[in-house]
Amino acid sequence: MAPRKSASVSSRKTAAKPAKKEFTGSNIAEFDRDQDMKAYREMLLIRRFEEKAGQLYGMGFIGGFCHLYIGQEAVVVGMQMAQKEGDQVITAYRDHGHMLATGMEARGVMAELTGRRNGYSHGKGGSMHMFSKEKHFYGGHGIVGAQVSLGTGLAFANAYRGNDSVSVAYFGDGAANQGQVYESFNMAALWKLPIVYIIENNRYAMGTSTARATAQSNYSLRGSGFGIPGMQVDGMDVRAVKAAADEALEHCRSGKGPIILEMLTYRYRGHSMSDPAKYRSKDEVQKMRSEHDPIEQVKARLIEKGWATEDDLKAVDKDVRDIVADSADFAQSDPEPDVSELYTDILL
Amino acid sequence: MPIEILMPALSPTMEEGTLSKWLKNEGDKVTSGDVIAEIETDKATMEVEAVDEGVIGKLLIAAGTEGVKVNAVIAILLQDGESASDVAAPKAAAPAAEPAKSETPAPAAAAPVAAQPKADIPSDPDIPAGTEMVSTTVREALRDAMAEEMRRDPDVFVMGEEVAEYQGAYKITQGLLQEFGPRRVVDTPITEHGFAGVGVGAAMAGLKPIVEFMTFNFAMQAIDQIINSAAKTLYMSGGQMGAPIVFRGPNGAAARVGAQHSQDYATWYSQIPGLKVVMPYTAADAKGLLKAAIRDPNPVVFLENEILYGQSFDVPKMDDFVLPIGKARIHRKGEDVTIVSFGIGMTYAIKAIAELEKEGIDVELIDLRTLRPMDLPTVIESVKKTGRLVTVEEGYPQNSIGTEIATRVMQQAFDYLDAPVLTIAGKDVPMPYAANLEKLALPNVGEVVQAVKTVCYK
Ligand SMILES: Cc1ncc(C[n+]2csc(CCOP(=O)(O)OP(=O)(O)O)c2C)c(N)n1
Ligand SMILES: [Mg+2]
Repeated sequence: MAPRKSASVSSRKTAAKPAKKEFTGSNIAEFDRDQDMKAYREMLLIRRFEEKAGQLYGMGFIGGFCHLYIGQEAVVVGMQMAQKEGDQVITAYRDHGHMLATGMEARGVMAELTGRRNGYSHGKGGSMHMFSKEKHFYGGHGIVGAQVSLGTGLAFANAYRGNDSVSVAYFGDGAANQGQVYESFNMAALWKLPIVYIIENNRYAMGTSTARATAQSNYSLRGSGFGIPGMQVDGMDVRAVKAAADEALEHCRSGKGPIILEMLTYRYRGHSMSDPAKYRSKDEVQKMRSEHDPIEQVKARLIEKGWATEDDLKAVDKDVRDIVADSADFAQSDPEPDVSELYTDILL
Repeated sequence: MPIEILMPALSPTMEEGTLSKWLKNEGDKVTSGDVIAEIETDKATMEVEAVDEGVIGKLLIAAGTEGVKVNAVIAILLQDGESASDVAAPKAAAPAAEPAKSETPAPAAAAPVAAQPKADIPSDPDIPAGTEMVSTTVREALRDAMAEEMRRDPDVFVMGEEVAEYQGAYKITQGLLQEFGPRRVVDTPITEHGFAGVGVGAAMAGLKPIVEFMTFNFAMQAIDQIINSAAKTLYMSGGQMGAPIVFRGPNGAAARVGAQHSQDYATWYSQIPGLKVVMPYTAADAKGLLKAAIRDPNPVVFLENEILYGQSFDVPKMDDFVLPIGKARIHRKGEDVTIVSFGIGMTYAIKAIAELEKEGIDVELIDLRTLRPMDLPTVIESVKKTGRLVTVEEGYPQNSIGTEIATRVMQQAFDYLDAPVLTIAGKDVPMPYAANLEKLALPNVGEVVQAVKTVCYK
């Protein structure tokens, strides 16, 4: 096991009594060059996409809410690297990263953000509501906590059909306080449903820090009353996420029921686009960015191991920028939906 | 080509802001993600991050400049090999995409059946001659109402998500924490069903909670406690115990927030016996009615609107300005036709009236203000005079407030009607996100104008 890099993220870990099995959350996956390059590229795509989305919002092309995933990229990329075809993904409104990670097209996502006809929901869903049956991405939900019950239902369907798929349900530290989360935990444990509950603990729910919102801030213990094992994971290190994901998915696939992964992560940007940013210090944000950035960690490793030169990485960067620029051009030139779409898709 | 860095918008409604600070100087190298400046509006601050790499060639707007228009060029970023002298004068800001305009026909009326006992409700208090009128936003009016009632009664407290330290998600509770402290201004976790229940329990125990929902869309998580607990307890306990509580927050569509964040619950709550339902339009009504709601011994659902929060109206400067719940207000007197509306629906009606005036149609406009109990006598009185009625609201057309009014007018003033009642409402679809479709889904002024002409046979 390689030594852990990010000291202060791991110091956030509260000593969790591991449930029966030795789920520590502290394992680090050994990545080969291809895996590190893949992680780098996928995370960078999300980062650049989100930066561009922020820019288009500023120019008035994107309206309403727009919640950026910048800083949290390692969580969804590490998970996705461990998942199998057929595993379902569901999340809340901070969803652009999840969509790109599941393989949804940047063009379709960006065009949905601008409310255009070739967006994934033909412009009718927007930033918070996109879906792809093909990529097993089940949304995109605006009601905090709702996706946890829905994700449990996806797992129910897997168990019902007796297939081998696992549902991966993402929710925030704030969402973790919703009542339906615990109603779902109970059913998932009772019926041994194949679901990985991923709590993306980015320390804040809008302007409320976890300390001000919860009596139990070790979220990995939130399933203990139902016998659901959990682990705290360094969500800024894609290898730690991947290792935990492997263990969790194996647990689910072998019929042992649900499991909780608390990802210790951080969002760099405001909650949505307008955010008074008075609830945390600039130093705190700066420190996370400079010491724990998930992308910089992989980059440093690639260079250190001699697996990539600065030029190799620049080439990846260029590639990614091209994809993002193309999606932005597309999303600005694609027409708005036809007015006849107003009354479509309401009932079958 | 040098890259132009534009003034970003913090929200879809922002038009200009203050460039408070530069964090980079001319000549500094930046990479994407670097914070280059800070901007602010009255609601929020934001860091401007570089999206591209390069060297800052020119800072075009001085730190501290107020009123910088969105999309104005604020700085120039130079690429490899370029120098500041290459920089041409900045072009005018590119306008954002302009959504398509549209007109769709008015939906026809439907007719549910209901009957309602008469209530004895006092009229608005007299405003003494010479009372100073203060231009106030709806946002400030709501805050003032809460603050005044909290000063008056120590049992009144506010609770909800982000109401205290964050000063309110929409800044309605601004300053309350500072004045009243954390015992009376309580931040909750995101647990609507739970804290609505906690509020009802506290009200049963005699406190007077104001429960803020960040928006009423999220109160759907809590609607069981609002209806099964708050609204029914008085009845079920044979009058022993009720719930003096206010549930308040923004309701209905904001701008471009999609289907799950745009619903109007006016008609939902207005159906429930045991609740009072208020939906003000002006700041004065917001203030006077919220004060009344807080004092009311019953559960009151108080439906606000995000788009109206920033609009200013005259509010009388009085020590204790309280308005009666259950009384409509005649917003404009007229002879030819009656329009009944409420909340943000009033904005469509007012614009339509300005157009109709030019064509010589004299409209009487009634602002219902309260949806339950509904002030039907005022409506009937007006219809007896004009013989024609159009209703305007943003909610869904089926079982709308308009169809309810149409039914009751038909039952109680049939002989006075010279034309069928027409009801203007939102379209029968979930709210779409796309700008053009969103516009189509909401009512529009053209529909109101057309409906009024139709009932006047013009
Ligand atoms: C039921 C409900 N209540 C409130 C909101 C408003 N809201 C949107 S996001 C949010 C904070 C959620 O924080 P968290 O779960 O930690 O996720 P994060 O934004 O940090 O990803 C709130 C209160 C909502 N969308 N739904
Ligand atoms: Mg959070």
